[in-house]
Amino acid sequence: MGKTTGFIEYRRESMHTRNPADRSGDWRDLYEPLPEQRLQTQGARCMDCAVPFCQTGEMLDGSVVGCPVHNLIPEWNDLVYRGQWKEALDRLHATNNFPEFTGRACPAPCEGSCVASLVESPVAIKTIERAIIDKGFAEGWVVPRIPLRRTGKTVAIVGSGPAGLACAAQLNQAGHLVTVFERHDRIGGLLTYGIPKMKIEQDVVDRRVNVLREEGIRFETGIDIGRDVTAEQLRAQFDAIVLCTGATVPRDLQAAGRELKGIHYAMDFLHLNTKSLLDSGHRDGRFLSAEGKDVIVIGGGDTATDCVSTALRHRCRSLVQFDIYPQKPLHRGAGNPWPLWPVVHKVDSGQEEAQALFGRDSREFAVSAAEFVSDGQGGVAGVRGVGVTIAKDASGNRTQTEISGSERLWPAQLVLLAIGFRGPENGLLQQMGVATDGRSNIAAGRGSDQGRYGTNVPGVFAAGDARRGASLIVWAIREGREAAEECHRYLMGG
Amino acid sequence: MCGIGFIVNINGNKSHDTVDQALQMLIRLSHRGGQGADPHSGDGAGILTQVPHELLADWCAEQGADLPEAGGYGVGMLFLPTDDAARLDYEARLERIVRQEGFRLLAWRTVPVEVEVLGASARSTKPAIRQLLVTPLAQTALAEGWSMERHLYVIRKRAEREIGGIAERSGHPFYFASLSARTIVYKGLLLPDQLPAFYADLQDARYTSALALVHSRFSTNTFPSWERAHPNRYAIHNGEINTIKGNVNWMLARETKCSSEQFPDMLKIRPIIDASGSDSSMLDNCLEFLHLSGRPLAQAVMMMIPEPWAKDPLMNEGKKAFYEYHSCLMEPWDGPAAIAFSDGRQIGACLDRNGLRPARYCVTDDGRVILASEVGVIDIPPERIVRQDRLRPGQMLLVDTELGRILPDEEIKATAASERPYRAWLDEQLVDLAQLADRPAQEGEPLDERQLLQLQRCFGYTFEECHKLLKPLAEQGEDPVGSMGYDGPLAVLSDKPQLLYNYFKQMFAQVTNPPIDAFLEEMITSIESTIGSEGNLLRPGPGNCRRIRLPAPIVTDEELQRIRDNRLPGLRAVTLPMLFVASAGGKGLKRALGELFQAADQAIDEGAAVLILSDRGVGSRMAPIPALLAVAGLHHHLIRSGRRTAASLLVESAEPREVHHVALLLGYGASAVNPYLAFASIEQMQRDGRLAEGRLSREQAIAHYMRGIGKGILKVMAKMGISTVQSYIGAQIFEAIGISQDTVDKYFTRTPSSIGGIGIATIAGETLQRHAAAFAAEEQAPVLESGDDLQWRSGGEPHLYSPHAIHSLQQACRTGNYGLYKQYSQSLDGESDGSGTLRGLLQFAAVRQAIPLDQVEPVEMVLRRFKSGAMSFGSISKEAHETLAIAMNRIGGKSNSGEGGEDSARYVPDANGDRRASAIKQVASGRFGVTSHYLVNASEIQIKMAQGAKPGEGGQLPAHKVYPWVAAVRGSTPGVELISPPPHHDIYSIEDLAELIFDLKNANPQARINVKLVSEAGVGTIAAGVAKAQADVILISGFDGGTGAATRSSIKHAGMPWEIGLAETHQTLVENGLRGRVRLEADGKLMTGRDVVVAAMLGADEFGFATLPLVAMGCVMMRVCHLDTCPVGIATQNPELRAKFAGKPEHVEQFMRFIAQEVREWMARLGIRKMSELIGRADLLQLRDVPAGRKAAAVDLSALLRRPKEAQLAADKTFFMDDAPDASRSELDLTLDRQKLLPLSESVWNGLRTERVQAILPIRNTDRSVGTLLGSEVTRRFGAQGLPEDTIQLHFHGAAGQSFGAFVPKGITLTLEGQANDYVGKGLSGGKLAVFPPSKAAFVPEESMIVGNVALFGATSGEAYIRGVAGERFCVRNSGADVVVEGVGNHGCEYMTGGRVVILGNIGKNFAAGMSGGIAYIWNRNGAALEPLCNRKLVEIAPLDACEDENEAQQVRGLIERHVKYTHSEQAQFLLDHWERSLHQLVRVIPRDYKRMLQTIERFRQTGASGEEAELAAFQARKQA
Repeated sequence: MGKTTGFIEYRRESMHTRNPADRSGDWRDLYEPLPEQRLQTQGARCMDCAVPFCQTGEMLDGSVVGCPVHNLIPEWNDLVYRGQWKEALDRLHATNNFPEFTGRACPAPCEGSCVASLVESPVAIKTIERAIIDKGFAEGWVVPRIPLRRTGKTVAIVGSGPAGLACAAQLNQAGHLVTVFERHDRIGGLLTYGIPKMKIEQDVVDRRVNVLREEGIRFETGIDIGRDVTAEQLRAQFDAIVLCTGATVPRDLQAAGRELKGIHYAMDFLHLNTKSLLDSGHRDGRFLSAEGKDVIVIGGGDTATDCVSTALRHRCRSLVQFDIYPQKPLHRGAGNPWPLWPVVHKVDSGQEEAQALFGRDSREFAVSAAEFVSDGQGGVAGVRGVGVTIAKDASGNRTQTEISGSERLWPAQLVLLAIGFRGPENGLLQQMGVATDGRSNIAAGRGSDQGRYGTNVPGVFAAGDARRGASLIVWAIREGREAAEECHRYLMGG
Repeated sequence: MCGIGFIVNINGNKSHDTVDQALQMLIRLSHRGGQGADPHSGDGAGILTQVPHELLADWCAEQGADLPEAGGYGVGMLFLPTDDAARLDYEARLERIVRQEGFRLLAWRTVPVEVEVLGASARSTKPAIRQLLVTPLAQTALAEGWSMERHLYVIRKRAEREIGGIAERSGHPFYFASLSARTIVYKGLLLPDQLPAFYADLQDARYTSALALVHSRFSTNTFPSWERAHPNRYAIHNGEINTIKGNVNWMLARETKCSSEQFPDMLKIRPIIDASGSDSSMLDNCLEFLHLSGRPLAQAVMMMIPEPWAKDPLMNEGKKAFYEYHSCLMEPWDGPAAIAFSDGRQIGACLDRNGLRPARYCVTDDGRVILASEVGVIDIPPERIVRQDRLRPGQMLLVDTELGRILPDEEIKATAASERPYRAWLDEQLVDLAQLADRPAQEGEPLDERQLLQLQRCFGYTFEECHKLLKPLAEQGEDPVGSMGYDGPLAVLSDKPQLLYNYFKQMFAQVTNPPIDAFLEEMITSIESTIGSEGNLLRPGPGNCRRIRLPAPIVTDEELQRIRDNRLPGLRAVTLPMLFVASAGGKGLKRALGELFQAADQAIDEGAAVLILSDRGVGSRMAPIPALLAVAGLHHHLIRSGRRTAASLLVESAEPREVHHVALLLGYGASAVNPYLAFASIEQMQRDGRLAEGRLSREQAIAHYMRGIGKGILKVMAKMGISTVQSYIGAQIFEAIGISQDTVDKYFTRTPSSIGGIGIATIAGETLQRHAAAFAAEEQAPVLESGDDLQWRSGGEPHLYSPHAIHSLQQACRTGNYGLYKQYSQSLDGESDGSGTLRGLLQFAAVRQAIPLDQVEPVEMVLRRFKSGAMSFGSISKEAHETLAIAMNRIGGKSNSGEGGEDSARYVPDANGDRRASAIKQVASGRFGVTSHYLVNASEIQIKMAQGAKPGEGGQLPAHKVYPWVAAVRGSTPGVELISPPPHHDIYSIEDLAELIFDLKNANPQARINVKLVSEAGVGTIAAGVAKAQADVILISGFDGGTGAATRSSIKHAGMPWEIGLAETHQTLVENGLRGRVRLEADGKLMTGRDVVVAAMLGADEFGFATLPLVAMGCVMMRVCHLDTCPVGIATQNPELRAKFAGKPEHVEQFMRFIAQEVREWMARLGIRKMSELIGRADLLQLRDVPAGRKAAAVDLSALLRRPKEAQLAADKTFFMDDAPDASRSELDLTLDRQKLLPLSESVWNGLRTERVQAILPIRNTDRSVGTLLGSEVTRRFGAQGLPEDTIQLHFHGAAGQSFGAFVPKGITLTLEGQANDYVGKGLSGGKLAVFPPSKAAFVPEESMIVGNVALFGATSGEAYIRGVAGERFCVRNSGADVVVEGVGNHGCEYMTGGRVVILGNIGKNFAAGMSGGIAYIWNRNGAALEPLCNRKLVEIAPLDACEDENEAQQVRGLIERHVKYTHSEQAQFLLDHWERSLHQLVRVIPRDYKRMLQTIERFRQTGASGEEAELAAFQARKQA
């Protein structure tokens, strides 16, 4: 159990980020790993709680508490402290197929509910997680585990994001023959095209995909199910189908001037950027460049931050981010006690870089885009922002009130909408006859006779953002794993 | 648990005086006996004498019958049916047996009795009491050459079997109190003074005897009855045989192999043990059998109650060989025992190895020997006493009236030892395990990773077990420790497959017998045993010890191989597979068991002496039979088939790994266990460098593990007061929870199992689930399951404390949001699916109409019944401790100080009116800070007999938690570890508990006395005893509660849920008319209002909460309380962490109100207006439907819901009584204090403090706790500082009763000219005591016993001067008194933490064990070797003149001068007279850590630090080191 007094004796240290000014000039990993000795010290801070809130993975008071995949955090913290890296890796893989992704791009709700934060600051869980898996790959410990026996059952997984990959990995281990269909040219879904490469370098995705491939999973890229292959054909070929198509329909902003050129969805911006980067190192020019432009990113989430980082690397002229919410408090409020997800002001990598390059945080808080202003030639020239207050009404719905006299015009030649997603695309679902819920996500949940992940169509399951709505990688992994369990039960007739 | 005594005329002169004096003695021992609900019925009293020939002869003459010479006839004393028809029938049958056995009936005599003297319950059960006079037919007796007594024995045994069976079926009595030509027993359900009044014979001057044994009973393990009164036919017993179940089983097994020329037809006398009797009567059965089969009585006693021989370097070789040899024949009957015995010619007494019962004796100049539990029971002028002494542990005293002399212990034993060449036989036949030829371990490769993992999964290994159990065991050799109780489901309520071990709970000693100090008093323990075939108990010969000696009950793979391969004649080992065909399921398991039993029978018949049950060979086809099932089943099968003693059982299994597993296997008959998978798992960790960073070798790791398990087993045994593994084997000290009765009957025969449960099919099913997971899966997960037993894991077993429960409760308490609280409680109550607890299987029956909430009594009334749990200051922080107290005081409930004392600053209310004093003050075994002042400031005093987390164990506060402020309150030294012993050293039995209750009532007559017990089978009977001992409140704690640190195995596996114990207790008390005398309290994971309501319905008046209020204050269930790293500042003394404490009294108040409010809501729904109407209403509970297929469906809780008839009558009666006890405490009216001492001291109360009070008073043994009540009055009026020295001076002459001068504060001086019983100066709180013999005494003072055992126990300050020798355990837990004495028994100064003790004479064994503070000085005048007598783990021994500090010798001299002043000791005067010359003979014993700390503190003080600063600095320095 770590060192009993570790949390008192040692201070938290998480992986360091490279100097923001330096790193904003390249697309390489923004983190620098800690040396092994210091990682062990961090492992020593774990208190091995008898009730480890860090691995709860439950919603309490509407907030996620602990790790959604129930990572066995105290167990591998201790193993790292004792230098038992290989066993730590085994314990890590026991709950998480892809710790290299979560260790890089997870906001770490585990740390938000770590008991050590009651005393001082949480254990550097994410740092340790990443270190374990990186060492695993470096040492050659991550090797294909080819199933002992095959069941002869076949499963098609549509979508190769984290949910699809996790589901495929689990079903393959259970002995089924799994084929993953990806409409794009590269495997990985958001891992590949959604998250910019300084957060997850592409070879991190590729090396995992290679392992999965060697374990026997077939990957089919460039095949858009529903278009290239009909739902009917797919059903005829496979004993079961798991839809992991993601929540790819972006939420739009209804404001005057929305039709102007230069206003893009964040995901289009990010996808094209990465593809061009990977294909040609941006030499093909097939991306939306922010270079020399005034850029406005609308949205306050992780995608918005990714847009900020990307635009900065394009050498934009200026950069502003609209967040309709006011700046969060620096410390937990009364209604936000431990172990709930801490709702506090954070400075993410993008903002940090903006600070370094432009001398100020990119964010404008409590500002909403009221109108897009034209340059007179059909292009966007600026955004009129207005201050807003947000309130919850009695039924819990948010209402937004503009503050009169707070209007201001911001110049912009490129506007990126990063205000969320509305759910999965509907075409394939219709073709399959799969029902959706009120939020237009795939309806697969309790009450279905195929368990929590079964859709209304027998043999068809859904997992990840397509079912849950856009969320964290770690939720996608959990969904993929759990859907695999349900699917396995269906296939084995249990 | 009683008062015992005998008196004998050494020369065999018979007189009525002897009888008379014995009866007088009995009356003066009354307070040691029990009294039922009806004050006129006792627990039993009786007397054994020689046959009163004159009386009987006269009677016969009157009847016109002819009585042969004395000794020529037998007299039977019979209890017969009052129904004449039945009686006549039995008598006729008996006469027939008499004739068949060659005897002639002389007469039936109806014993004249005076029924009027009896109490109601004794009268209603009184049998017809008749004497049977028989004589051998002329041709029978001597012709066959066997004695009259044997003939009479055969008659009795036959009659007991043949007539007794009929009588039992028709519910009539048929019982021989005695049948002998030499002795007779008069006894009954009587109080001592009723005995002579009831039996007129005893007052008849013609009734003469040269000897008499008397006994006054206090029953706690069985219910009192006419038959169970003592004496038995040969012996009386004060104590308890802890291993009785095993002893009886073994005797049952053994008797088939017994043959003797003494008893040509053994069948006539079988069964030897009458299993319907009490443990004492069964012991008597065995003693009688051994004696009549040809052994002298004393030798039979030596066989059954051996001295601890294995570890005694000083014991003579012959005696050791005797004991060792006989250990091959019979296991010890282990448990606290003082027994006295007589065959009519010899009379004797002996103490068990622990010496836990008092036995004092004296020899008079007119040839009498008087022995009794107490001195002063017969008035003997001091000048007539030529010797006064005590029996020492393991010692025997024997008087032979025909030889006309006292046979000393050495002589008796030397005679026995020299009878046969035991040593030669042992040398020739008994083989050490190490002597067996070495063989290569099992051929084949060690398991590869994959096979190991498969096996681990098949046997349910988890990551948790490997890392948190095996690893620490292998690294440190210690069973790992946890905190905060158990909150997982009972095995039978879990929906996951469980190991069979989890369905059994360890039993433990409380009240009736003490747990023992296995580690500090190591000399009496042994984990050795021998294996092989047992011989004929009755024919001692060399072959009987043809056995292999095992040093420990756990053997390595290599050792097992040696046993397996041995080719020695008579020691053949056969391996039997413990496997079944997986695909055959439950039926296959049953079949395999049958085959195993058959194979065992066959192997034994073919000469096997060792059977190895092995589950090697588990694979995808073969699954393991649970080892416990195989062992227990085979053990009982072999007992039934009469083969059990022919072979020993060994277990070679992958299944056992923890202490509890091994303990169970031993308890059900295995002699040793080879846990090969545990070894393999440790070896793997070792190979991978995972043990102690790779610093351990394989051999070291395995040795550590074995040592840890061995120590753990000792601890489990010690909990029950058992000292040797040999007698633990087969002792079945377990109860089942969740096993069906028919499975228990068949495989675990005679194991208590109160709630039914699963059978073989489910046991097989659970095994097969694990097996399938290991062998049948397509994929292999590369890792072990996490395990979820003592820690919560997502997807694991549900725990009551889940993240959700903790979070919602804390938020509710902080925000006052009752809705949030309801979320919490509803998730726990789990109306739909049960919650892993027994109460979860119950639901409320709608009997009445619901009522509006406002008609239910207010929250305040409910809150009065709430208490917070006992948690010591020291284990939790000042902030947490005081927050809890303030909150409980505010709501009108009670907080509990725990066992760590309390800072007296808290007795003064705060400016805002808050009170930080705990209403309940705990008195635990460590007695930390238990002073008169502490006790006076209580409204309730709780005696902790056991605690839920670790019943039967002591505790310790590690040095790093003994901060200066903790040490101050506990009266100890900062930075020095503190130990609470497993037993209270002043409670070894129920009469001792009664004495402590009496002491405490005297120490504070306004406080209720609460006795805390832990739930287990039989706790109801114990509670009835406690009620009879006059407690006011009895707390039944669940096993799962408790905040204290304990080994995880204790936390989970010892004790039972409160539901079972509470229901049993309530029912038993009601049935015995005792329920109205006491209040009942329950605790142990009470979590919601619903839990409280269920507890009330099962009988609780009051309710305790411990872990929950901590959670309300911020505890997040880290379970690291023992590490001082509590992150929320609760269970820590670290100032840095204490600063994090965010709890407020309001949080606790809020929590208590929520619970109370919820209780009210339930009451409204049930139509109940007042809580008092809820108590004992088990009829409002019913079983909830559990879906078939869940294990819980097999549970049957009807025993919990049984309502005694009286309860229905008293349905509306309220059991809850007002807070304060009856202010007059009329039970104290007859005390010397109230009668004389308080009136004498009036002037002091009246403010005339300058005036001294002086008086001279007589005292006798029935004057107990003299000075205590007076002392409490002084403390109440004058506070902790008491009065100026010698303000009240009282001089007594005579023999003082127990607890002379207990808790006496400063200003009181008591001098006693005479002698005293046990517990002199218990808890001395500043007062002064002196005890010395009368000047005309005929004995040598410094060689004679003058005060009893356990003197100065828990003394905190004051002085005592004792001219003479004290008994065992002198100055145990002394923390500050200065004492001079002239000799002490064993275990002197044990656990001492402060004060100075000067011993001008001899010390006993194990001196200074656990002594962590204070200093002892011994005048080693004759230069004896002190080292072997000292327990030197903690102390150093050096001559006083080698000390650095010159003042020290002067201080010692000062003490000795005072000793002379108060006692006129010649011994001491001699020393003073020759001081310089004798100085080098004075030896100082001082704890090393204590010395070091004192020096460090002194060093800091010399740098100019204040006392407090110096202590803190020294403590910090110690902590860093």
